[in-house]
Amino acid sequence: MAMTATLREALVKRRGKRILGPVTCDLTPEGITIVLGPNGAGKTTLLKVLHGVERLTDGTVAWNVSPEEAHTSQAYVFQSPIMLRRSVRQNLAYPLQLIRAGKAEIAERTAHWATRIGLADALDRPATRLSGGEKQKLALGRALIRKPKVLFLDEPCANLDGRATREIEAVLQEAHREGTRIIMTTHDLGQARRLASDVIFLLKGHLHEQSKGDAFFAGPATAEARAFVKGDIVE
Amino acid sequence: MNDIWAGLEAAFWLIVTLDPDLLEITLRSLYVSLTALVIASAIALPFGSWLAIRRFKYRRATIAVLNALMGLPPVVVGLIVFLLLSRSGPFGILGLLFTPTAMIIAQVIIITPLIASITHQAMRELWAEYHDLLISLNTSNWQRVTTLIVDGRRALLTASLAGFGRAIGEVGAIMIVGGNIEHATRVLTTAIALETGKGDFALALGLGFVLITLALLVNFAIHALSRTEREGRW
Repeated sequence: MAMTATLREALVKRRGKRILGPVTCDLTPEGITIVLGPNGAGKTTLLKVLHGVERLTDGTVAWNVSPEEAHTSQAYVFQSPIMLRRSVRQNLAYPLQLIRAGKAEIAERTAHWATRIGLADALDRPATRLSGGEKQKLALGRALIRKPKVLFLDEPCANLDGRATREIEAVLQEAHREGTRIIMTTHDLGQARRLASDVIFLLKGHLHEQSKGDAFFAGPATAEARAFVKGDIVE
Repeated sequence: MNDIWAGLEAAFWLIVTLDPDLLEITLRSLYVSLTALVIASAIALPFGSWLAIRRFKYRRATIAVLNALMGLPPVVVGLIVFLLLSRSGPFGILGLLFTPTAMIIAQVIIITPLIASITHQAMRELWAEYHDLLISLNTSNWQRVTTLIVDGRRALLTASLAGFGRAIGEVGAIMIVGGNIEHATRVLTTAIALETGKGDFALALGLGFVLITLALLVNFAIHALSRTEREGRW
């Protein structure tokens, strides 16, 4: 079953300061959603709220499945990849070990994903010594290895060069074709155009605009979004 | 200077002739301190890691107490264990006083806070690094603790070795609860204290050198076994 999320008046405050919201929106069951907005707009907070690791000050976030199922069928890739101090192989295997998958299954899926992220030759290298692009690819493979229904990515290609970005986008497109719902933030408008099936535009913690990808880039409804897409600095 | 040379000489002869008394007390020293180390590590490593990941009401107080307990005076620990285990004490019925077991109990009490505190410090940093990932992967508390212990094993080794160092060199507590009884509870440190008291500095120094060598050997052995400090490992 496809997973959908509903945010109702979701509000996050930290030390009295409003970080996000109140946001009310519905996430469509499929596609790639790109969250756009300047720094501090609340993009990461929105992702974390949806992922269930950020506490809401007010309002609700609900998935159309049980909280338990929602949690086990989601994965999150952080802006700076967190590498376990283990080998590449063990990093990939870790999420499967947590859910007590069988040894044969772990070996098989680890090998499969190592190939897909292009790290098949590096399986026994320490993950902490990979390059930035390799680390991010490993983090992506580790997130996808449990076949999540929903994948969150927080600026997965920040600080990466063109080639690494293309490789990561290819893995994402493939995962999307296999039915993984993708929600990601990015500062790279080119990447947003390439991937977006719909766009959420945040500004100062508010949901400014939510529309289909093509429509958003063809002609944003609000002046701020128009300026942002044009490349102007929006504050 | 003469005393030190005489001590080295005494140590040399004690070792090359494989003096049976020396062998006995050395092995007892090892037995007592290593057993205490294993028990204390089994308590302190998970506890220290758990302290690093759990947030609860009295966490700061617990950590402050733990750090204070690192400086627990062994003589006082010895005295308390003595009173607990003595005939008239609550555990007198077990008949443990003046046995190696009593010495192990005292040493566990002395080194557990030390190991737990160092573990907590090291695990706190690792937890800060892993926090977001482990939360995101929906791990149980037990899975978090075991992941931290596995990946932070080198820091934990350091913590354990610090505990071993304190145990093997400790004399105040084991003197009180063990009694330094020949062929029963005499270990290297209590023997050194005794020989120094008797004025036999050469033998005391000889035993001292054996003790230092022993501590070095155990450290090297543990490092070799756990393959630390090698390229590409953690």
